[in-house]
Amino acid sequence: MSKLLTISPSPHVHTSDSVNKIMYRVILALVPALAWSVFMFGFEAIRVTLLAVAACMAFEFLIQKYIMKEVPQITDGSAALTGILLAFNVPASLPGWMIVVGALVAIGVGKLSFGGLGNNPFNPALVGRVFLLISFPVHMTSWPVTQHATVDALTTATPLALLKEGVNAGKPVSEVLLNLPSNLEMLYGNMSGSLGEVSALLLLLGFAYMLWKKVITWHIPTFVLGTIFVFQGALWMLNPENFVEPVFHLLSGGAMLGAIYMATDMVTSPMTVKGQLIFGVGIGVLTVLIRNFGAYPEGISFAILIMNGFVPLINAYIKPKRFGGQK
Amino acid sequence: MLKTFKLGGVHPAENKLSASKAIEKLALPKSVFIPVAQHIGAPAQALVKKGDQVKVGQLIAKSGGFVSANIHSSVSGTVKKVDLAMDSSGYPKQGIFIDVEGDEWEEGIDTSLTLIEKFEADSKKIIDKINAAGIVGLGGATFPTHVKLMPPQGMKAEMLLINGVECEPYLTSDHRVMLEKAPELLVGIRILMCALEVEKAYIGIENNKPDAIAHLNELTKPDQSIQVVPLKVKYPQGGEKQLIKAVTGREVPSGALPIAVGAVVNNVGTALAVYEAVQKNKPLVERVVTITGKSVANPSNFLVRVGTPIQELINAAGGLPEDAGKIISGGPMMGKAVANTDIPVTKGTSGILIMQDKEAKREKVKTCIRCTRCVTVCPMGLEPYYLMTVSEKQIWEKAEEHHIMDCIECGSCSYTCPADRPLLDYIRLGKAKVGNIIRSRKQ
Repeated sequence: MSKLLTISPSPHVHTSDSVNKIMYRVILALVPALAWSVFMFGFEAIRVTLLAVAACMAFEFLIQKYIMKEVPQITDGSAALTGILLAFNVPASLPGWMIVVGALVAIGVGKLSFGGLGNNPFNPALVGRVFLLISFPVHMTSWPVTQHATVDALTTATPLALLKEGVNAGKPVSEVLLNLPSNLEMLYGNMSGSLGEVSALLLLLGFAYMLWKKVITWHIPTFVLGTIFVFQGALWMLNPENFVEPVFHLLSGGAMLGAIYMATDMVTSPMTVKGQLIFGVGIGVLTVLIRNFGAYPEGISFAILIMNGFVPLINAYIKPKRFGGQK
Repeated sequence: MLKTFKLGGVHPAENKLSASKAIEKLALPKSVFIPVAQHIGAPAQALVKKGDQVKVGQLIAKSGGFVSANIHSSVSGTVKKVDLAMDSSGYPKQGIFIDVEGDEWEEGIDTSLTLIEKFEADSKKIIDKINAAGIVGLGGATFPTHVKLMPPQGMKAEMLLINGVECEPYLTSDHRVMLEKAPELLVGIRILMCALEVEKAYIGIENNKPDAIAHLNELTKPDQSIQVVPLKVKYPQGGEKQLIKAVTGREVPSGALPIAVGAVVNNVGTALAVYEAVQKNKPLVERVVTITGKSVANPSNFLVRVGTPIQELINAAGGLPEDAGKIISGGPMMGKAVANTDIPVTKGTSGILIMQDKEAKREKVKTCIRCTRCVTVCPMGLEPYYLMTVSEKQIWEKAEEHHIMDCIECGSCSYTCPADRPLLDYIRLGKAKVGNIIRSRKQ
């Protein structure tokens, strides 16, 4: 026999799953929400998204090639995904150069300074977003009115910001809510905000797709959103004049986007279900605390980043249940 | 709800191409190479030398200790030499080369197909016969069967589990045995129950073999002591610990043997060999082997004499396909890739799988994205990503601390890894190192 055979250790078969498929499926899951943001904010949404994706991929390529001297891996989809998530977390009116700076921080500092995909402790898109929020607070919190709004203004505030402003001014919640979109409107996405966070419904649709394709599991989003619901619900029951009912918090701001697409970032979340429970509850609690008692009206970005920092510790102490291990 | 084990598991494409092919006798080869180590434990000691005449069933290598097994000639003819040759492990191993002349069996071996149901209910005599016949676990682990039938002092078997799971994709030899040799199989099970002095036996069969489940259910109806347990299809359910968990709900403690929870597990092929040894006086000289693969012209199940070169099987199935890229002894999850087609069928060869060129190559390794899939699928509840890292960095204390020795090498982690990381390769390395460290500590 003259044919050369391959010799390799078992297993000899492999699932069709791959890192690229995971990344592109997450991107696909985000497309409905992106389409909605184009409907709401028009061309600006396309501009921000394309710029963010292009900048992230360009920085990844340049840094990997010329600074890290590696073969660039921009086709794996992770840089593009970071770009989309960064775009989803900023107002549609953000100036282009700020987006590019945000992309540089996200990719350069958030991801590649730690060694690239798989090694970064913090969610790169959120690193970029928080950097922008702290550096350019005015631009990052002035939201363009949607194309379909009836008010005669150029910018507006998010429901969460309006709520915080009202409560801080001593108004009862019930009075503040009169000027805010209803839960139904926030569910399908008639509110202002960062471009990817407006339609909770379409974000949930993407979640269903990712569950179907087994890209992620239900655990982290459920733990995060469940904690927000329970904790905010408890506050609301104690004092409904000061605290809004919990569904408002699930539908407003970045709760859905954060819980479904950012907290579930594989690289920066725990390896076991028990660990994911701690992680998810931590994000939920911190989000509710920041939103109700902190300086910022929105806190899920900070909450995720803070809990990202705990992940190595969680992985070191929370172990999976072993077969035949001590009960 | 079908029973199954809880922790982890994967479901690779089943590809049971030869499931409907009845067992055929493979023509005798011109010569055989019978390794003296076809089992776990000490190699057997060769009893024959160049020029000796041997008959089928003649003892040609004697068991080398308690955990070892006799080796019998699978053919009649002349011993050509006792020498080294490569077996499926890839290493040269000692074995006996025999040129085949005719097919003359040893005196006293019953080669007829008549079913003999009655047997002498004497545990010791049964175990002696099984020991003499050189029977080992035919599922692939090749652990000597007589050792399993003699629980250590103070331990008592409560039940016999018969492994008809065949969770490896492609393989169908156990499936065919259950369909075609069921009466003999059931006598073999009763003999094993008698040897173990247990009242209850369970046959675990995955749900993708409904014909085998129905057939054995029908035959065991009058006998309350043997129960067929259909199982949900999930790999690695054929693993001893996973099968025990699936059927009985009991969990073998880390580092312990199945007997610790009162269970003894034997493969269906082994139970059939036990029947032949005890009732027919026939040593283990042949077994059913599946020859399969997507490009194989006639995927089949053959009854093959031990020592037959796998080339003979390949010829009988339509020859080596043009696009053959890898030949595997065993299934695709745990089988061994072999270097050539001269290697022999041994007692543990359940199948020969020929993979296409395009299936044979591994993908490029990417970085771990901590997707948790390896942790989720690990049936032992380990952290494969971590064990790979510490094995790569040679931090053996950490590997031991994280129970690397619990790994059953099922390959679910490597199978499922979206970054194509060679998790099991490194874990095997770590297991070997940590195993050595533990042994040297004990001395």
